[in-house]
Amino acid sequence: MTTEMQSAAEGQEMTGAEMVIQAMADQGVKHLFGYPGGAVLPIYDAIFAQKDVKHILVRHEQGAVHAAEGYARSTGKVGCVLVTSGPGATNAVTGLTDALCDSIPLVCITGQVPTHLIGNDAFQECDTVGITRPCTKYNYLVKRIEDLPRILHEAFHIASTGRPGPVVVDIPKDIQFAKGIYSKPKEFAHTGYKPRLKGDIGAIKAAVELMANAKRPLFYTGGGVINSGKHASELLKELVRLTGFPITSTLMGLGAYPAADPQWMGMLGMHGTMEANMAMHDCDVMVCVGARFDDRITGRVDAFSPGSKKIHIDIDPSSINKNVKVDIPIVGDVAHVLEEMLRLWKAHAKHNDKKAMGDWWKQIGKWRDRKSLAYRGSNEVIKPQYAIQRLYEMTKDKDVYITTEVGQHQMWAAQFFHFQEPNRWMTSGGLGTMGYGLPASVGVQLAHPTSLVIDIAGEASVQMTMQELSTAVQYRLPIKIFILNNGYMGMVRQWQELLHGNRYSESYSEALPDFVKLAEAMHAVGIRCEKPGDLDHAIKEMIDIDRPVLFDCIVDQKENCFPMIPSGKAHNEMILGDSGISLDDAITEEGKMLV
Amino acid sequence: MNANVPASSTSHYPTAPTAQTDVTHTLSVLVDNEPGVLARVVGLFSGRGYNIESLTVSETQHAKHQSLITIVTTGKPMVIEQIKNQLDRLVPVHRVVDMTLSGRSIERELAMVKVAGKGENRVEALRLADAFRARVIDATTESFVFEITGKSDKIEQFVALMLPLGLVEVSRTGIAAIARGPEAM
Repeated sequence: MTTEMQSAAEGQEMTGAEMVIQAMADQGVKHLFGYPGGAVLPIYDAIFAQKDVKHILVRHEQGAVHAAEGYARSTGKVGCVLVTSGPGATNAVTGLTDALCDSIPLVCITGQVPTHLIGNDAFQECDTVGITRPCTKYNYLVKRIEDLPRILHEAFHIASTGRPGPVVVDIPKDIQFAKGIYSKPKEFAHTGYKPRLKGDIGAIKAAVELMANAKRPLFYTGGGVINSGKHASELLKELVRLTGFPITSTLMGLGAYPAADPQWMGMLGMHGTMEANMAMHDCDVMVCVGARFDDRITGRVDAFSPGSKKIHIDIDPSSINKNVKVDIPIVGDVAHVLEEMLRLWKAHAKHNDKKAMGDWWKQIGKWRDRKSLAYRGSNEVIKPQYAIQRLYEMTKDKDVYITTEVGQHQMWAAQFFHFQEPNRWMTSGGLGTMGYGLPASVGVQLAHPTSLVIDIAGEASVQMTMQELSTAVQYRLPIKIFILNNGYMGMVRQWQELLHGNRYSESYSEALPDFVKLAEAMHAVGIRCEKPGDLDHAIKEMIDIDRPVLFDCIVDQKENCFPMIPSGKAHNEMILGDSGISLDDAITEEGKMLV
Repeated sequence: MNANVPASSTSHYPTAPTAQTDVTHTLSVLVDNEPGVLARVVGLFSGRGYNIESLTVSETQHAKHQSLITIVTTGKPMVIEQIKNQLDRLVPVHRVVDMTLSGRSIERELAMVKVAGKGENRVEALRLADAFRARVIDATTESFVFEITGKSDKIEQFVALMLPLGLVEVSRTGIAAIARGPEAM
């Protein structure tokens, strides 16, 4: 991440505000997402005086953070945010928490009231370091101009190394005006912070031994593979193909392994495919690569994959044995560990029993034949699954990036849109932030100006950060917002059917805007589609327009998202769309307590 | 940047009061012993970038589930005054007393000091320990652990003297403070 080249500004005297921009330029930052205010005006003045870092003006600070997340996730670089004190900082908190949950590298500069007023209830003051401590990987309050250059570069280092995450640097306004000597430190001062990259070779050997003797093995991979870089995905592909094991992935890990490959079983977890979940339940060796046994993945923990030995590769030691006890923990960077694993696998004398592997694949074939993603088609009304399928078919040969909001549409996108490469899929997994997708697509489109960037959205989520459409228009970013409009907060409604006797308390999207007119009012293009027969034509029209498009796709109001593992149930107790089980009876009293 | 703007200008914020020098204060804070209370208290210091130099916490009234927190910190007098007021405002805080201002407080600290060495150094360490009224609480043929109580400067001095004699490690409790006289805080 850090360039070893010395900055031309090394040793020069400049103001704190100029240091902020200089450090960004030296870190190779091209775009900065932000919103001005009283406590960051000196930094905005410094932005005005240079050309290296281009500022993107958002409409709300939450949008700035999500845009930076999209930018970071689709490029592997650090995303940068600049907001003012008080409300600027508090508005950024949702985005920071989102980035922490999904391990997205961000540096967020917040303005602060002058040092002497801190703690004084000054205008637009808040305890930014206090508020953001639990939602950042690390944060700083800069008290002396002498510390500023070091802290700025440290922030980039911490954000991008180890398990990535957001870092906040809170800079009081007097520090922004103060003058000091700029320099980029050669060494990192925090001696306690040394993320471990190489895995323990003994553990990797034991893992390879276990894998080679497995009869029903599988790979379960996650966002850590993507965070480890493109090379990690290449290594994963090689290892999976060499071993011949089936592979599944979490929501965050989609794209690390090509979905077109015959060894791919689709996503696992609460709305994962039957083959993936059943294979997780019945496997004898599980190789978890950069995933964290999240509750959406495990279902009932005490019934989770009861007969398997588990290998867990993770760069974050605190993720190991957190939810599920594993047999062989390997702390290290995914790419580093996979490289060793590949080497040892190739050198290993004995590989898996052919007959056992054949039987395993036969069993997986049976689960696949159950076609767990099947749904009842319609000629009258657009089925949401059908809409995603058509969107996929019509864009799969293009250079396409997908972002999503949160809810049913997100799960359908994960199930029916297929990814062949990493960094193509941007979604809010851990925090589940409605309103993530639109601003994220702004960031993705900036990083990839000639690519097709589509936000698959719901009509409820999209209204949370709708105003960022203005940002897209301002910077001529031709993002496509593909709304699956079912008139409900669909996932809330689905859970109300599951848990609360179909009492749809407040989950109906009352008084929806006319999205086509809304798009036009915001100088974008609006398209509405209501009939399955018109869909292909309308999608083509959307793709062909070189401007931001708001696509209002009116879909079946009552469709639910299947398969589903209800809370408190195990992987082999999933409900399928055509099983005829009423959602009412699918969950136990204890299960209702869970989320 | 615009060269006409004076470096000290902070636009719509009032200017800083005339410079005050940093002072060290010892604060006694009586709180309800509940989860999160320590975080609330220290948050007032870290929010200003103030370091806490010493912190001692223990439940002192079991029946009432109350803990006494003793904090030593350094900062501008005005800010310390304000931190005290804001501490007092916290819901689980019962009382805040500035032991430094009250001027009638006793402060003590306990330290355990590990010294390793042989021969003359070992004898010298024991002799000094005796002079400081430090007790030997662990011994091997090549090491001692001394327990010493007193004011912080006494402990500082003892540790400094042990340094050339084979000082290995020091563990200190931080300051506990109490007011003189018959009254409770």
